[in-house]
Amino acid sequence: MDYGFNELQQMIRDLARKIAEERILPERARLDEAEEYPKEVMKTLSDSDMLGIYIPEEYGGMGGGCMELSIAIEELSKVCGGVAICYAANVLGAYPILLHGTEEQKKKYLPQFATGKMFAAFGLTEPNAGSDAGAVETTAVRHGDTYILNGTKQWITNASEAHVFTIIASTNRKRGARGISAFIVERDTPGFTIGKKEKKLGIRCSPTCELHFEDCKIARENMLYKENRGFRVTMNTLHKARPGIGAQAVGIAQGALDEAVEFAKNRVQFGQPISSFQAIQHMLADMATQIEAARLLVYHAARAVDSDAKDAAKIAAMAKVFASDVAMKVTVDAIQVCGGTGYMRDYPVEKYMRDAKITQIYEGTNQIQRTIIALALVKESSKK
Amino acid sequence: MKIIVCIKQVPDTTDVKIDPSTNTLIREGVPSIVNPFDMYALEESLRLREKVGGTVTVITMGPPQAKEALREAISLGVDQGILISDRAFAGSDTLATSYALASTIRKIGAYDLIICGKQAIDGDTAQVGPGIAECLQIPFVAFVKKIEEVSDQTMRVERMMETGYDVIELPLPAVITVVKEINEPRLPSLRGQMRAKKYEPTLWTSSDLDVSEERIGLKGSPTQVIKIFTPEIRKAGEHLEGDPEEVADKLFQRFKEAKIIP
Repeated sequence: MDYGFNELQQMIRDLARKIAEERILPERARLDEAEEYPKEVMKTLSDSDMLGIYIPEEYGGMGGGCMELSIAIEELSKVCGGVAICYAANVLGAYPILLHGTEEQKKKYLPQFATGKMFAAFGLTEPNAGSDAGAVETTAVRHGDTYILNGTKQWITNASEAHVFTIIASTNRKRGARGISAFIVERDTPGFTIGKKEKKLGIRCSPTCELHFEDCKIARENMLYKENRGFRVTMNTLHKARPGIGAQAVGIAQGALDEAVEFAKNRVQFGQPISSFQAIQHMLADMATQIEAARLLVYHAARAVDSDAKDAAKIAAMAKVFASDVAMKVTVDAIQVCGGTGYMRDYPVEKYMRDAKITQIYEGTNQIQRTIIALALVKESSKK
Repeated sequence: MKIIVCIKQVPDTTDVKIDPSTNTLIREGVPSIVNPFDMYALEESLRLREKVGGTVTVITMGPPQAKEALREAISLGVDQGILISDRAFAGSDTLATSYALASTIRKIGAYDLIICGKQAIDGDTAQVGPGIAECLQIPFVAFVKKIEEVSDQTMRVERMMETGYDVIELPLPAVITVVKEINEPRLPSLRGQMRAKKYEPTLWTSSDLDVSEERIGLKGSPTQVIKIFTPEIRKAGEHLEGDPEEVADKLFQRFKEAKIIP
């Protein structure tokens, strides 16, 4: 199928597929079982220039964008959604600097991200704030040329591996979403520690941890964009990263479908392969149709983000919500097609289902996505 | 360090078919790849360059489409590729190939180390590596599984043997052939692939090289292929099972039945 990929995009697809099949496939079950970060695979990805595909060439990247990222994430996710998020979490940490950083901030960090010398993470969620980004309780109090951070972040993807964090903290509690700011925090900053590592249902090779800030002093030049304008940084970052989560969901769903088709061809019952039964055929057909629709919506959203289309945020939310719902449905059905075998942990299908679930939750729950879409509709309509 | 790697483009034997009437490979429609053993040679050259600095030049002899093999090497990060291609080289056996490659290396001039894969998966002779060393009159070690140390004038390597390995120190320049145990070849990078796509390797024909016409191509190839055949498959042996005493008894009975012992 020709999706209108250009030369770089085809190259990314082929190389990501090769890395996934040769380096991730033999390791994925072990990494999942041991909840181990894929260090070697990340090295391969950085050696092959994959970590810089979305970073402009002037900062040492390949000059691609959301579309290139989506292609890479989809290919990696076909084999392992966990490794794919280890890769993609860097993007979420780096986007705020790419989108809102000063020239100095960009020059300092982006080349490090592009070459895999530094990894990044994004810290927004807290025990009492997530979907409600304005409710963050971590505070940043200004003292002359520094800000002092206090508080706790939770469920921060990539935390134990990242060197640089974009942290959202409140600079004015009374103003809610209009009183939050974004800061670049380096890992070895005094007062900043990585807390406990969570045990998760899926994407188990990706480390998810707490972050603690105790009188953590951040230089004023490490603020991103402007004071009290952190909500804008957050929303812009999440809008642009969302097609990537859609791509992860499409990849997971495709990987599960491929397993199910292969199984159905080989599993013989009543003297014939179960793929010859209409009950199975219709399930597979529906799974494939939904995946194809999700894929095209993700590509459409990624291209909308890259061209700065007016309704890119709405389309990106649609892509994320649709693709992740498809991934959940398809992976559950893939287990059904494979029956008892699909339920066993010796077989990869149950892992696809466990990995799929998070795509409906993180980077904005699907309920928040629907709110974003609906608000956009109302706003568009009142402008007519 | 100036390193030269010799590679060969071969048919991808993972889906190769044999013509039953002639017992030869069906080459039509079979995709070409870089000889897998040469990938280990390329990887080792790149690791050496990363460690001690220098350049890696890759050479191959073959038809114009062998350019693709050089491009693959470029995508992995080698500095330059040279294609030796000419009708005059057609029909070369391992002797004529060794001579042509050695003549190419002489023309390149400065070199410290030449690395080849231990053999090519199509011919399986393992003769070209040592052949080059012989033509150039420099030291040669086959089946290298590790490069322990490299200095300006010498290197120490481990040569894989059936029962262990030999440690050999040899003066440079030299030729080594490597086995798959030596490393895990890298995957290409996006930048490497972009460079490879546009890369035009240097082309040398027989007239660019100082070669004697008598020693290249069919004329320079004394090898005559009398017959190509698939070796007969040996029948599976018999497995005797039980504790050692039982097995010894059973074996003794069989020997008796076969009249090997009275």
